[in-house]
Amino acid sequence: MSKHAEIRLLDRALLARAAADSVRKLHPRHMVHNPVLFVVEAGAVLATLALLGVGTRGSLSFQLQVVLWLWATVLFANFAEAVAEGRGKAQADALRRTKTDTVARRLVGAAGDEEQVGSTELRRGDRVVVEAGQAIPGDGTVVEGIASVDESAITGESAPVIREAGGDRSAVTGGTKVLSDRIVVEITSEPGSTFLDRMIRLVEGAERQKTPNEIALDILLAGLTIVFLLATVTLRPFALYSGGDVSPTVLVALLVCLIPTTIGGLLSAIGIAGMDRVLRHNVLAMSGRAVEAAGDVNVLLLDKTGTITLGNRQASQLVPAPGVAERDLAELAQLASLADETPEGRSIVVLAKERFGLRGRELRELKARFVPFTARTRMSGLDFEGGRKVRKGAADAVDGFVKAAGGHLPEEVRRDVARIAGEGGTPLVVADGGRVAGTIYLKDVVKGGMRERFDRLRAMGIRTVMITGDNPLTAASIAREAGVDDFLAEAKPEDKLALIRKEQAGGNLVAMTGDGTNDAPALAQADVGMAMNTGTQAAKEAGNMVDLDSNPTKLIEVVEIGKQLLMTRGALTTFSISNDVAKYFAIIPALFVATYPQLEALNVMKLATPESAILSAVVFNALVIVALIPLALRGVSYRPLGAGRILRRNLLIYGVGGLVAPFVGIKLIDLLLVALRLA
Amino acid sequence: MPASAFLEIGVYFLLILALTRPVGVYLRRVFAGERTLLDPVLGPLERLVYRVAGVDPRKEQGWKGYATAILVFSVAGVLGVYAVERLQALLPLDPDRLPAVPPVLAWSTAVSFVTNTNWQAYSGEATMSYLTQMAALALHNFLSAATGIAVAVAVIRGIARAEAKTIGSFWVDLTRATLYVLLPISFVSAVVLMSQGVVQSFAPAAKVTTLSGAAQTIPLGPVASQEAIKELGTNGGGFFNANSSHPYENPSPATNLLEMLLIFAVPAGLTHTLGSMTGKPRHGWAVFWAMSLLFLAGAGVCARAETRGNPIHQALGVDAAAGNMEGKEVRFGPVDTALFATVTTDASCGAVNGMHDSFTPLGGLVPLVNIQLGEVVFGGVGAGLYGIFVFVVLAVFIAGLMVGRTPEYLGKKVEGGEVKLAMLSVLVPTFCILVGSAAAVVSKAGLSSLANAGPHGLSEALYAFTSAAGNNGSAFAGLNANTGFYDVLLALAMFAGRFLVIVPILGMAGSLAAKKRLAESAGTFPVDGPLFTFLLAGVIVVVGALTFFPVLSLGPAVEQLLMAAGRTF
Repeated sequence: MSKHAEIRLLDRALLARAAADSVRKLHPRHMVHNPVLFVVEAGAVLATLALLGVGTRGSLSFQLQVVLWLWATVLFANFAEAVAEGRGKAQADALRRTKTDTVARRLVGAAGDEEQVGSTELRRGDRVVVEAGQAIPGDGTVVEGIASVDESAITGESAPVIREAGGDRSAVTGGTKVLSDRIVVEITSEPGSTFLDRMIRLVEGAERQKTPNEIALDILLAGLTIVFLLATVTLRPFALYSGGDVSPTVLVALLVCLIPTTIGGLLSAIGIAGMDRVLRHNVLAMSGRAVEAAGDVNVLLLDKTGTITLGNRQASQLVPAPGVAERDLAELAQLASLADETPEGRSIVVLAKERFGLRGRELRELKARFVPFTARTRMSGLDFEGGRKVRKGAADAVDGFVKAAGGHLPEEVRRDVARIAGEGGTPLVVADGGRVAGTIYLKDVVKGGMRERFDRLRAMGIRTVMITGDNPLTAASIAREAGVDDFLAEAKPEDKLALIRKEQAGGNLVAMTGDGTNDAPALAQADVGMAMNTGTQAAKEAGNMVDLDSNPTKLIEVVEIGKQLLMTRGALTTFSISNDVAKYFAIIPALFVATYPQLEALNVMKLATPESAILSAVVFNALVIVALIPLALRGVSYRPLGAGRILRRNLLIYGVGGLVAPFVGIKLIDLLLVALRLA
Repeated sequence: MPASAFLEIGVYFLLILALTRPVGVYLRRVFAGERTLLDPVLGPLERLVYRVAGVDPRKEQGWKGYATAILVFSVAGVLGVYAVERLQALLPLDPDRLPAVPPVLAWSTAVSFVTNTNWQAYSGEATMSYLTQMAALALHNFLSAATGIAVAVAVIRGIARAEAKTIGSFWVDLTRATLYVLLPISFVSAVVLMSQGVVQSFAPAAKVTTLSGAAQTIPLGPVASQEAIKELGTNGGGFFNANSSHPYENPSPATNLLEMLLIFAVPAGLTHTLGSMTGKPRHGWAVFWAMSLLFLAGAGVCARAETRGNPIHQALGVDAAAGNMEGKEVRFGPVDTALFATVTTDASCGAVNGMHDSFTPLGGLVPLVNIQLGEVVFGGVGAGLYGIFVFVVLAVFIAGLMVGRTPEYLGKKVEGGEVKLAMLSVLVPTFCILVGSAAAVVSKAGLSSLANAGPHGLSEALYAFTSAAGNNGSAFAGLNANTGFYDVLLALAMFAGRFLVIVPILGMAGSLAAKKRLAESAGTFPVDGPLFTFLLAGVIVVVGALTFFPVLSLGPAVEQLLMAAGRTF
């Protein structure tokens, strides 16, 4: 988690723990989950037995080295997995420390009596009281009161958040702390299955299940392993026929070099690291499947407010009424907003200051009283001593106000109001008694950098759809400004669900974010549903991801991580397979040069001796796993390009690169082995 | 390589390129059930077939039903051929009074023809009566070819359809492939071949007195009618033992060209059908060009090796300009023979117009590798397309991950199920080839049939199992295959190589047909254009090369090196 103490990629303690784990993982019960490595281990056992027992032929030092490197291959692969898991485990330990057994004050009976129980005894439906300074004993919904809560244990974010009964901000998480006030919480989870428990299990990888793509890749790798098993096992009869022979040790060495150990050894590390990367963005994915699905998404539904635009509208322009100077309008607008603490009000004060250098004034020195906005009057402003009244508000409300004071709303102002509304803005009319001064243009402000992000998404083949309750005109104008591909205006919660269904029926995979209880069905229907941590319990349960920072645009990062995860697997698979060509050129001539000296022609790397050739291939094969651990953990570099260009690029790096790299690597190792007199 | 080699290969390839679209469009019309020119003639006949067979042509099958129909039909076919072979002495049309075919040979021949392999462990003119040739063997030349086309069409439907339960009706596809595709083209081609000197006769073998006064028996028979379907159906089983090198089967360079065109016509056309039935013509062409790339590479290598000839012969004073003429017909020469060998093994045809056994080691390596790649370079009728479908799926899966999405093929997700079936259909022939030839070279029964020692002997055994498992049917020769050991093992390899490949492939087709089609976007893996062409060709070569590199290096590769050093086997 970004805001927790950063866990470094290669922490010393982590590495020590991983090294120990990699030996522990040698147990066949663990190895059998990975068919490729299981074959390597079986081969290593076989070669060890051959070394210890009968039938040792050739140099002992050579056989010993081969056996050691075979075991090293297995250990390196285990190590990769253990390092990937280690980071999660360290995080889980940190989380566990926050999960202390607190004392809960459970309410009993209707009278409101309290009893003290351990937090682990709480059951769904229990009601508990939590006051300032106390930890919330379990996940639940606030049913009474309002409080500021420190959720840093979960989110890493130190600023407190408000939690209150009713509405969309009622969910609280066990392990977080109430900073002020008193609330009554209804527990919604059974012990052992709280959010914190789930989070610990997730980061630890205890609930890790192979994802569909991982299973498919496993099948491919197992299939290739069988192909190479056939190729090596039948090599002995062919060798015997040709008048030579090959020892079991050498056959095992050949087999291990050919089967896709690189990707086989790194596969689970890639998956774990992918989940870990999501987590470091403070997003809790409920399964690896969800992260993979994010990579597949091609339609993104984003709420307008808070996601694409800043949550609030801001004053962007002042349109004076006929015969009124703009500066006078600015002054009146500023007066009407001086004590208005709403973001809209503050933005008016800011605009007045920017345009005309008008400074804020104290109400006391103006001898005025603030009249706040109410749903009935739909206006706010100031009442001065002596009866002067300044107001700003919706056009029809101000119309009534000026009529009551003997004035009227000029036709020109009416036209301005209509125009602003038509452009998607919100018009606020300013009046001083019966005189209308003009109109303030409030506008939705698109967040910085959104257009670029949508361009990136488009390049990846992802269409963004903006969802808004605004009328179609307003929606179209904001959509244009933000650069989204499509929009859904005047959307009701059920429209969202219908839109998702429609897109899915058209063969699209849809991701969305949501926080309200209203969003729950849509979150559940979407292929990727990311709930905000501030959202309701229902929303969090319906989605398959929770963003602990409650930042809806983070969906974009998750999509990129999902893509990167799949790309890393594909790239290393390609690399692993194309490596085999060079290994053949190293080993096959070495095996049979005694029988057919002419086969020396295939020894294109000019490796020193048959033994050094075989050993070099085995060593390369083992070391390449270690060399690629950082890449597996970090993921291959990702750029938002179309599929064709990404494919070309990755084929070049990992396909052609994978073809060439081992020729160089094996040759270098061969030179080194000879220099060290190891072969 | 002489300029004429480029010219011959180039002209042949351009003709295939020109045939691809018209054949592909015609095939689409036939299998989409659209009207064709031949409807007025064949329509009533087709309906009669359905009525007699009790088939409802509108009733489609799921992949399991389709596969079951194929298996039942093919097993019945094996039994039928076996019966005719065993009873031929009692049946008519046996003017040369040939006895019943021995049981083991009869069984292996029955499997061989029903699996579209046409491996012949016998000499046709001395073993099979005219009735056996026509009613049993030539019949299955049609039916096994039609079965292959049917499977390919079912696969294309599986790709093209979405959320569908069925992939067509085997009975309808079989009937339409036979009536509308194979019969008319064979008929016309047979007439053309006859006009060029291929014999067609029910008379017994001619007894003639040669100019020098010796008595000679010249076998005759209904050859032209069998020759056309032998190539068109990529069957390859010759009427005569000498196959297409016999002047009565393949009298001239002109007939040679026609025969080669017949071999690739339907397989090349099917790539166009794939494109047009799935609505992605560019994908069809990408597959075509991947095949073409491998074809041209193989033909080039083989022709070069054969035109350069054998240094050992040249040291003995043989004219180097003629190339390697050992085992070749003078009327064809090294280029036509090398091209024919490449074509016949790219496709699972197996017809030969020269002795592959007598090729230079490198020249002989090409046919061997072609078959080991899975005969997906145009390939057998239907078999080539459904074979390359497996590689397309594998290429899409491996490379598809690299674009950062769940791999998808034309809108269908490629998942564990498809990968499993694809690997299975790769593993079955691999197993048959490697284990079979390994068994052959270490057992007395296997070794006793080899005519040569050393790496050349290994090539012979390897070629036999490769040809059988790949349903090619061509022989490296030099191997006496009519022994209990080879008859039984090769027949098993043929059966597995055909049906244990078809069934998983139909499973993939059924699974794809049932899937939802995903929308296309800029993030979708592209299956057209040069990049995909090279990727597909690369995957085919890498998978094939990695599997067979060790054994090939002990066979033809080392033999080529030894030949350069002056040793021969």
